[in-house]
Amino acid sequence: MSAVDVVVAERGLRRRSRFGAERGAWLLFLPAMLPILAFSVWPLLQGIALGFTNATAGRDVVVEFNGVQNYVDLAGYELFWNSFGIGLIWAFSVTLIQFVASLCLALLLNANLWGQGVARTLALIPWAMPPVIIAIMWRLMLHPTYGAVNGGMGALGLPDNINWLGQASTALPAAIVVGVWAGMPQTTITLLAGLQGVNAELHEAAQIDGASTWQRFISVTLPALRPVIVAITTLDFINNFNSFALVYVLTAGAWGTMLPMLFAYNEAFRYGNFGLASAMGNVIVIVITFFLFFYLRAQAKGRES
Amino acid sequence: MRRRVTLGRALQYVAIALFMVFLAFPLVFLFTTAFKTQAELQSPDPQLLPAQWNLDNFAAAIERANLVQAAGNSLLVAVVTTLIVVVISLPAAYALARFRTRLRKLATGWILLSQVFPFILIIIPLYLMLQPIGLGNSLAGLVVVYVVWSLPFALWMLQGYVASIPVDLEEAGAMDGAPKWRVLISIVLPLLAPGLVATSLFAFIGAWNEFFFALVLIKDEALQTLPQRLALFVGAEGQVQLGQLAAASLLAAIPSLLFFALIQRRLTSGLLSGAVKG
Repeated sequence: MSAVDVVVAERGLRRRSRFGAERGAWLLFLPAMLPILAFSVWPLLQGIALGFTNATAGRDVVVEFNGVQNYVDLAGYELFWNSFGIGLIWAFSVTLIQFVASLCLALLLNANLWGQGVARTLALIPWAMPPVIIAIMWRLMLHPTYGAVNGGMGALGLPDNINWLGQASTALPAAIVVGVWAGMPQTTITLLAGLQGVNAELHEAAQIDGASTWQRFISVTLPALRPVIVAITTLDFINNFNSFALVYVLTAGAWGTMLPMLFAYNEAFRYGNFGLASAMGNVIVIVITFFLFFYLRAQAKGRES
Repeated sequence: MRRRVTLGRALQYVAIALFMVFLAFPLVFLFTTAFKTQAELQSPDPQLLPAQWNLDNFAAAIERANLVQAAGNSLLVAVVTTLIVVVISLPAAYALARFRTRLRKLATGWILLSQVFPFILIIIPLYLMLQPIGLGNSLAGLVVVYVVWSLPFALWMLQGYVASIPVDLEEAGAMDGAPKWRVLISIVLPLLAPGLVATSLFAFIGAWNEFFFALVLIKDEALQTLPQRLALFVGAEGQVQLGQLAAASLLAAIPSLLFFALIQRRLTSGLLSGAVKG
């Protein structure tokens, strides 16, 4: 191949990529885009719109826009706000505990301990299980007479007859522990990945300068880990706020565990109030966006300073 | 100094052991419960290990909860979903990774956005849409929902794998005069195989484990998926038949556990390298 041929081929390549790339990309993308548009984007837009209508279940119902009526109704709907508060407590506690526990575990898994490989595999177990089965398993663990939790407490001389999922004072905390358990693998693995990206030379330099383990953690590890921490806690918070199956099977929303998704599900598919349930969805989106906005802005500011 | 270091190490081992107990013990408990007799389960002084490893609970659970039928439904839905997801996300992922067009921004935006929206907003219109075209209470309708639901993540994963294959390889193939499709089939596809396996496993497990959409869409008992049937079993018989409930759950968890055992090494290393690249 002569130099001229190469130049021609190069030009040909370049021309083709200028000319046909955009169209080629769209064509390749079409089979994935059509179902997403039809069954994801379109229903989502409809869902947002439904939140401004009086839609109900049933065949011959005329659906009419009713403006902000749903939101006026929601404002005075005490049970909904109650559930909303439970959702916030649940999402904040699960995300925070999950983060602290996963960070500790990730640091341990990154500390060159003996049996690290086995530990990493075991740490993935909850990830491998469907939420429904996680909930069933923990119902057994928390069973008042048979459960291992009461069994263990009894062995330690503590009260061993607590009906964890059957009373208002313990149901939500118990569900939070189960939520933490279920979400730990993703958080741990992501943080572990971040830890392995932390510059080892910086650590060594700090060590030579006489920094203690704790000082190195605060001034080297944490700042390097910051983007990963922000990303995973954000995702965890959204996931936890939108959580459904776990608590549906654990308590079905009884004893002060009625998460917003359970509430909206009941509103839509038990009572048939499609419009009102969609309005709840809209409110949830706005509140999540609100929290994320402040969280991400605070993080961005923190990085600048 | 030396002694402090060893003490620190010892504490680290204690801490990691506690984490492992917390994460693994519930599964051990589920496992042993599945083999216990009703008398053992109701004993005032329950033991961790069953007196005898008997399989009665498994037989009873399979029959009572009609697990075979539900597992068949779940398997069918998960396999078809996986096939469709792979077939349509492969070209799209290639386009996303190789052509830096407006498409890329749009797709990224959608992938992120689709994570934020609560399912309730999307499921009501879907429910209203699928009913009139006969897909309301059907496994086909469930497949449609699962395909769309797992596409964003599958696309994102797969485009990462495509991006990790050097463009130079393709250009070298093109230089040698091979047509584009040959380059794709004989150079890109083999290199993409691990990525395709990982993506299909995620799609499969996602569909196998999913509960919410199935709960809303599937009303016929004969069409229920495994998670749905199990959730019902909790309320119906699971209150008293703890052993059967555990046995049924254990059986239903096996495919997911097996898949994760198979891919865990790749999963950890893949996620670890992927996240570092940012």
